[in-house]
Amino acid sequence: MNNTLLWYTARAAGIVSLVFLSAVVVLGLLARMRVEGRGWPRFLTAAVHRDLALLSLVFLSIHIVTAVTDPFTALGLNAAVVPFGSYYRTFWLGLGTLSVELMLAVVVTSLVRRWIGQRAWKAVHWAAYAVWPMAVLHGIGTGTDAFTLWSLAVTIVCVGGVAVALMWRVDYARRDPLREEKRAAAAASTRELVR
Amino acid sequence: MSVRHSIIDGPALDAPESLDSHLARLGHLPTGSREVIDVLDAAGLRGRGGAAFPVATKWRAVAERSRRDAVVLVNGAEGEPLSAKDRLVMETRPHLVLDGALLAARTVRAREVVVYVGEEHRRALAVMQHALGERSAQERRSTRVLAAPARYVAGEESAAVHFVNEGVALPTTTPPRVFERGVAGRPTLVQNVETLAHVALAARHGGAVRGTALLTLSGAVPRRGVLEVAEGSSIGEALGRAGGPGDHGGALLLGGYFGGWVDLDQAAAMPVDAAWLRSAGMALGCGVVAVLPASRCGVAETARILGWLAEQSARQCGPCVFGLRAIAEAVQRIAERRPQEGDLHRVERWSQQLAGRGACKHPDGAAALLQSALRVFAGDFTMNQVRRTCVATARTAAA
Amino acid sequence: MQELSVDRIRCDGSGFCAEMLPEMIQLDDWGYPILARGAVPADLMQHARRAVAACPVLALKLRAREREVVRR
Repeated sequence: MNNTLLWYTARAAGIVSLVFLSAVVVLGLLARMRVEGRGWPRFLTAAVHRDLALLSLVFLSIHIVTAVTDPFTALGLNAAVVPFGSYYRTFWLGLGTLSVELMLAVVVTSLVRRWIGQRAWKAVHWAAYAVWPMAVLHGIGTGTDAFTLWSLAVTIVCVGGVAVALMWRVDYARRDPLREEKRAAAAASTRELVR
Repeated sequence: MSVRHSIIDGPALDAPESLDSHLARLGHLPTGSREVIDVLDAAGLRGRGGAAFPVATKWRAVAERSRRDAVVLVNGAEGEPLSAKDRLVMETRPHLVLDGALLAARTVRAREVVVYVGEEHRRALAVMQHALGERSAQERRSTRVLAAPARYVAGEESAAVHFVNEGVALPTTTPPRVFERGVAGRPTLVQNVETLAHVALAARHGGAVRGTALLTLSGAVPRRGVLEVAEGSSIGEALGRAGGPGDHGGALLLGGYFGGWVDLDQAAAMPVDAAWLRSAGMALGCGVVAVLPASRCGVAETARILGWLAEQSARQCGPCVFGLRAIAEAVQRIAERRPQEGDLHRVERWSQQLAGRGACKHPDGAAALLQSALRVFAGDFTMNQVRRTCVATARTAAA
Repeated sequence: MQELSVDRIRCDGSGFCAEMLPEMIQLDDWGYPILARGAVPADLMQHARRAVAACPVLALKLRAREREVVRR
C-alpha cells in the first residue's frame, strides 16, 4: 500500500470525522430544544444525531487504523490505545486518543440506556462536552496541514457552528419558564430534617 | 347490640386529655393481632383523610409485605384550609391517635412510627409531642414527631414519605406505592389521625361498632367549627346543629377544595356516608361542609379556589402546572365578566384533560371541583361568559 | 398484553412519543402526552417500542397490564 495514500486517508478520515462530530454535537443541542420543521419531526433531529454519531465512529476507525499502520510515522497500536502514549506530538495526539475513548463510552452507554437508566446515561453523556473540544485540539495540534487555508476554514466552520448552537441552548434554558417555578416549589416544600 | 362510640366524648375540649384520664375512661388498648384487621373489616371502617379507602384492606396490604420492618406514618398534615377536624383530634384526644398508631404498628409489624403534623398547626405539634412523652419507653423510642411543610400537597401519602426520607414534601411517581416501598424503602402504612382515633375506639369495643364522622362546618352558618355526627345521618341535620344555613338556594362545598359543589337544597337530604356519596358522584373527602349563600357568586368562589390550587401545585408535572394555571386564569376572567372568546369551551375541554395526568391526584381534585362548579353554577357560568352579567348580584338586588 | 404509561414527573413535554405513535398518543395544548387507555394492539407494538426508546428522558414505559392488587 502506498504510504502517501495511507497518510492522506488518515488525514481525510480525520477531517470528515471532525465535521461529522461537530454536526453530532449541534444536532444533540438542537434535539434538546425540540427543533422541528415542516416534514422534519422532532424525533428526527435526535435520530440523525444518533446515526451520525455511529457513522463518525466508522470514519474514526478508518482514521485510526490508517494512522497507526502507516509505516512512515510508525505510531503503533500503543498510540491509539494509551492516551499520551505516543512519541509523536505526544500531547496533541493523546488528546485524540482520549477523545475517542470517551466517545466510545458515550456511544456504548447510549446503546444500553434502557438497561443502565437515565441518570447513569446522562452522567456519561456529559463527557461529550469534552470529546468534541479535544477532537478539535487534536486536529489542530497533530495535523501537518492544520494551518492551510482550507483546513482552517473547516475548523472555523465547525467551531463556529457548535459555538452558536451552544449559545442558543444556554439561552433556551434560561428562558424556560418552568425552571424557576420548579425550583421555588421544591424549596417551599423542603425542610432540614433534624435526625 | 351495636354501640356508637364518640371521639369527642370525654373531658372538655379546651385542653388535651392526659394519658391517665384516657386510660381511666377507656381502659387499656387490646394487644394487636391479625384479629384487629377482622374487627376493622366488620366495622367497615374507611379512611378519613379524603380517599375513604377501607382501612382493613390497607392494613392487610402492609402486613403482608412487612418483614417486621414496616413503618406507620400518622398523617396529621391537614393542608386543606377549610378543615379543622384533624387538629381538633390531635389537640384534644392525642392518646386516641397514639393508641391507633400503636395498634397499627403491632398489627402490621412495624418497628417505627412517624407522626407527621403540619408545621402551621403549632398547638397540635406541641400536644402530640407532649402526649408522646407520657407514653411507654418503647413507644417513645420508636416514635418521632415531624413537622410537615405548610403546603397542600405535603399531605399526599407519597409526599409525606418523601419528606420523611429526604426532607422534600413533594409527591413521587407510583408505582411503587407506599404500602410496597415507603419510608426507608419499607412497607409503609399512611393513615389519617381521625381514622386512627376511630381504630382506637373500635378495637376496644370489638364486634359491631357504628361509626361517627367529624365534619368541619364553615361558610354561611352561625356556628362554624368541628361537629361529630353519626355516620348515615343527613347533611341537613349537621347544618341544623350548626344553626344554619338560613336561606335556601345556595351551594355547598362538600369535601373541601378536594371535593365538589353540591346544590344546597339537594345536599340537605344526603347521608354523611363516604361510599354513598361516591356512588352518587360526590365525595365526603375530609368532611368539610362549607356553605355558600345564594347571594355570593359561585363562579368567583370557584375561581379563587382554583387559583389557590394552581399556586399549591408541586410544579412537577406539565399538565398540572400549565393546565391548572390556564384553567384558573380563564375561570377568573369569566368570574370578572371579561372572558375571552371561547373561554368557557376551553375550560370545559381542559377540565377533561386533567384527570390522571399528574403524578398525584392534585389535578384530578381540581378537575372534579371544576366539573361540579360547571354543573351546579351552570347558569352563572353561561351568563357571565355570554351576557357578561352576574346572576348572583342580580339575585341579591332582587331580594 | 402491554399498556403504555408515563412517568409524569420525568416527562418534560418533548413530544417525540406522539410523533412515533400518533394512534395512541396525542399532545395537549402544552405539549404533554395524553395516552389512549387500554392495551397496545399487536400491530402497533413495534412502534410503541420505538416510541419508548426514543423518549429523551425515558419517561414513557411499556408494562404488562396489572391486575390491581389493592382495589377499592
